[in-house]
Amino acid sequence: MAGLFSFLNRENTVAKPGFNRWLVPPAALSIHLAIGQAYAFSVFNLPLTKLIGITQSSSDDWKLTTVGWIFSLAIVCLGLSAAFLGAWLEKVGPRKAMFLSAVCFSGGFVVASLGLSLHQIWIVYLGYGVLGGMGLGIGYISPVKTLINWFPDRPGMATGMAIMGFGGGAMIGSPLAVGLMGHFHTATSVGAAETFLCMGLIYFVFMMFGVFSVRVIPAGWKPAGYVAPKVEQKLITHYNVSANDAIKTPQFWLLWFVLFLNVTAGIGVLGQASAMIQEMFQGRVTAAAAGGFVGLLSIFNMGGRFVWSSLSDIIGRKPTYFCYFFLGAILYALIPSTGKMGNIFLFVTGYCVILSMYGAGFATIPAYLRDLFGTQQVGAIHGRILTAWSAAGVAGPVLVNYIREYQISRGVPSSQAYSVTMYLMASLLVIGFFCNLAVKAVDAKWHVATEKMGEAS
Amino acid sequence: MTNYLWIAVSWLWVGIPLAWGISQTIAKVAILFH
Repeated sequence: MAGLFSFLNRENTVAKPGFNRWLVPPAALSIHLAIGQAYAFSVFNLPLTKLIGITQSSSDDWKLTTVGWIFSLAIVCLGLSAAFLGAWLEKVGPRKAMFLSAVCFSGGFVVASLGLSLHQIWIVYLGYGVLGGMGLGIGYISPVKTLINWFPDRPGMATGMAIMGFGGGAMIGSPLAVGLMGHFHTATSVGAAETFLCMGLIYFVFMMFGVFSVRVIPAGWKPAGYVAPKVEQKLITHYNVSANDAIKTPQFWLLWFVLFLNVTAGIGVLGQASAMIQEMFQGRVTAAAAGGFVGLLSIFNMGGRFVWSSLSDIIGRKPTYFCYFFLGAILYALIPSTGKMGNIFLFVTGYCVILSMYGAGFATIPAYLRDLFGTQQVGAIHGRILTAWSAAGVAGPVLVNYIREYQISRGVPSSQAYSVTMYLMASLLVIGFFCNLAVKAVDAKWHVATEKMGEAS
Repeated sequence: MTNYLWIAVSWLWVGIPLAWGISQTIAKVAILFH
């Protein structure tokens, strides 16, 4: 049995001479485009509250809050699996990690499908939430690390490319789910269970392409003509720091808060984008147009990951994060004014730039980690920092919803209740700006000789 | 030659679904500007 799966072993994935590195980004994208479906999970929310009533929720149907936990659980499991399995994934290599991710992610859909058929929410939690969430975490970090190794000359662009896929996954997952549910919908079924089963199988096949085509660099490989910069740059190390030591450094925790604050602010405004544009421009923006607005944001969320992260290769990681926090804080603070002015164009433009920087925050962080801690265990360190995402996934919506409810209970009109939220998000970005400002090179006492850490390219 | 063909196939494998997803999104975006 072990022999059957030997093709998954790291030593069988080393690239042969003449291998073209541009084959690796599609392998990484086939994983990220699949697991990015998680961002589109909300399309299932309403149908899952009508599994029994079909046309409308019956008293036996699940409540929206019950269904909402499926996604939250998946994001928490993403962070936990990335944090705890990161070091192991470094050791076993990308092919085994990507295979395991495909099995967990697709298996999560299949198990959840069973839960939907039996109308047992705990099976759905266990399936899409726990198993699928583990697939997200395992699949997220491994392709990123592999791309960093293949593109030492452009690490920002490389990580941006993979993580752009995660943003783009929602654009595929959402219409795919809606189309399949429409196809399977009958008088006695909303078609959700069948859709989950189908999506599990489709994503498994799609991810297998990445599993078979991914390769790791041979020992000592460098791109043709590439010479590592000889001039020492303060924030780009040629040394390595182990994952266990990295979490003892202030740099790790500063970047943890950089990611946490950027994501908290982004999630906070993303969740209320549709309602906000409709209430700020009452009578001018319909629900359908608001849906288009959210679609536009997802394009900027995806594109920003590649564009900003590629830019960070030129201007440096620290200045790029200064842009996210400085420009972001100004735009967040200005959004309520554009609403008061009644200027939809400025509102939409501001929101699009904000969302481009939200996505870019995810995409640039692996390259920032690689600069500070070296490439050797950057995957494991990346996995640990993703717990900031899980924390932000809880903090962002809670913060926004709590502030909004509090204001409305104090008699503030709903169209104006967004202003305080936006100002608060802007202040979070100001804190993030200072966290980024405090990032300095890692102390030499944490540098470790490569052979001591074991092979993990 | 085989290498370049394989690169093209690989990019089409991920590019076609992504292009389809983006086109579906743009169709929704068009409503905003109507």
